[in-house]
Amino acid sequence: MIRAALLALACGLVFGAGLAISGMTNPARVMGFLDIFGAFDPTLAFVMLGALAPMSVAWRLKARLERPLAAQKFSVPTATVLDASLVVGAVLFGVGWGIAGLCPGPALANLALSPLPAAVFVSAMACGMALYRMLRPNAPSTPQKQK
Amino acid sequence: MAASLSSIAHGLAGGVMIGCAAAAMLLLLGRVAGVSSLTAQAFWLSNQGSRLVATAFVIGLPAGAALAKFAGAPVEASFPSIPYLVIGGLFVGFGARLGSGCTSGHGVCGVSRLSNRSLLATAVFMATGMLTVAAMRASGALS
Repeated sequence: MIRAALLALACGLVFGAGLAISGMTNPARVMGFLDIFGAFDPTLAFVMLGALAPMSVAWRLKARLERPLAAQKFSVPTATVLDASLVVGAVLFGVGWGIAGLCPGPALANLALSPLPAAVFVSAMACGMALYRMLRPNAPSTPQKQK
Repeated sequence: MAASLSSIAHGLAGGVMIGCAAAAMLLLLGRVAGVSSLTAQAFWLSNQGSRLVATAFVIGLPAGAALAKFAGAPVEASFPSIPYLVIGGLFVGFGARLGSGCTSGHGVCGVSRLSNRSLLATAVFMATGMLTVAAMRASGALS
């Protein structure tokens, strides 16, 4: 367990450093990407490309592994159904993303860079998550595949 | 913010780091590096996954950003005012949970897996994000 936690911490460190280096911790830059009728800034698309490349390789490698290198089993989403929750959730997420220029990763990383606005956003985000849990106390975080 | 060759190079480099971190999370720990799900687990707002692993990852995010700043990464940022942060945060938190993921889980991990759910969610939240910013620009909320 301690080893898994240390590995997760290391992953979080690299992830957080990548967010800061990529410029995605700057809401103005994220809003620039979403601002297609204004001062469009394509940087976010390059961040996505950069991140998708290693992850595409990782999924191919994962297909060859019986189990993860440092854990008992893979625990990845298995749902394939396109349902209303997915779409409505993504709609609301996009609206919030556009309003604030922040999504969960950059917001958390910003707790170290710009603590005050980040704390406001993260607190509100936690309230939104808590509200979802109150409305759907038994929902798994990802719907499981129908057997 | 205007893009520049430097911002794009930093974006690519940072993106590769994000992708490598997510790849390590998958191949070492068997977990998807979806920040909204891991945050919910770390904040006791989800029943799934190992809370210890999720908490360690979530703590790593600001720590890693601090290290990058210490190492000299340009981290200047400008934030919207408090009401935008509050309303945006509520929507992002609720929407990410209802939609089973955010920019990292769907946008990076799911899209690279060619998951139909993640491809749809990513297209939808990018579209509504762009519409929202366009509406804010039209109403004069963006300077």
